[in-house]
Amino acid sequence: MGETYIARSTAIAARMIGGEMMIMSAVDSTFFTLNEVATLIWQSADGQTPLSEIVTKRICEDFDVTPEEAQRHAGQFVTELAQHGILLVSDQPFGSTTSSASPTP
Amino acid sequence: MTGLPQAASASMVSIQIGGVSVGILSDNPAFLEMLERRYAGFLAAADRPDFQLEVRLHEPVEPAGADEDLRVTRVGESWLLERGDFHATWNSSAARGTVFQSNNPYAIDSVLRIVHTLILARRGGFLVHAASMIRNRFAFLLAGVSGAGKTTIARLAPADAKLLSDEISYVVRREAGQYWACGTPFAGELARIGENLTAPIKTLFLLEQGSKNRITPVASADAARLLLRNILFFAADPGMVKLVFQSACEFAEKVPVRRLCFVPDQRVWEMIG
Repeated sequence: MGETYIARSTAIAARMIGGEMMIMSAVDSTFFTLNEVATLIWQSADGQTPLSEIVTKRICEDFDVTPEEAQRHAGQFVTELAQHGILLVSDQPFGSTTSSASPTP
Repeated sequence: MTGLPQAASASMVSIQIGGVSVGILSDNPAFLEMLERRYAGFLAAADRPDFQLEVRLHEPVEPAGADEDLRVTRVGESWLLERGDFHATWNSSAARGTVFQSNNPYAIDSVLRIVHTLILARRGGFLVHAASMIRNRFAFLLAGVSGAGKTTIARLAPADAKLLSDEISYVVRREAGQYWACGTPFAGELARIGENLTAPIKTLFLLEQGSKNRITPVASADAARLLLRNILFFAADPGMVKLVFQSACEFAEKVPVRRLCFVPDQRVWEMIG
């Protein structure tokens, strides 16, 4: 199975407030408040780091969770935010000539 | 700046809300007299308004169409404001716009509200569904959806409280990030326009009617989320949505936000301020 790369959409507004990451879609005004794990994924979504690496090197090191469980939750989170156009998903690093980004996986 | 054709006999009434003056230009004296009556207390010298709206009146069309959905869309540098009872354009950079409407106060009142939301968004402020009052030199915002008790609590206010609005509150961001509330002529159910006063905001209360009076704190993330529900914003434009989001978050970080559960009698004001 290939890698998944994620990048933050520019069509959003985001702000850490009171220790919580809040995100609003500038397109449809959908509003999200992220928990700690989701915030870590969001902050790591640089378009270059594979999601699997974000899970193993960031989430599993910072939280008491198995790689399988973390991968499953991360996949669900990415799918949900991608459906609202908040995260972009690609099977190639963003910026590469062959990447095919999509807001809906 | 784009120059708009101006009728030779046109006169102007300048309406100043939150320190922002909008000159309404029309060649219809009766329309301007109606504006002077409706916005008495918010009139400014008409020689150099900050912004200008040229109103062109047409014959009333039945039905008036005020119930139609409002559309506010960006077209290049300008905004298009459309509802059944008016068609308007607005260009913030040029500081002017046009309104095509029949001779009634409701269309221009709506256009003014929209124009002020567009002006405020770029300045870190907003209009919010909230009653607002000044008491003991500070402003209090009392926000809630329709039926939450804005009008009720405004009606219960003690005599020393000054009404800024019972429906739409005007929030400006001043230097050093201080938030102030300003009176507006945008009346709600009280049908009483606010006083043209301003004061620093001490607290935003989110209203709930209940069986006893109680104030509880609201975490800033929740406060921002709940505030966003009550902010008036009409423009379908990603850039403006971002501005309003950032304004709501900053407000929630700087101004105490409390949930106010209240019994609708005057004792609630002993808790407010």
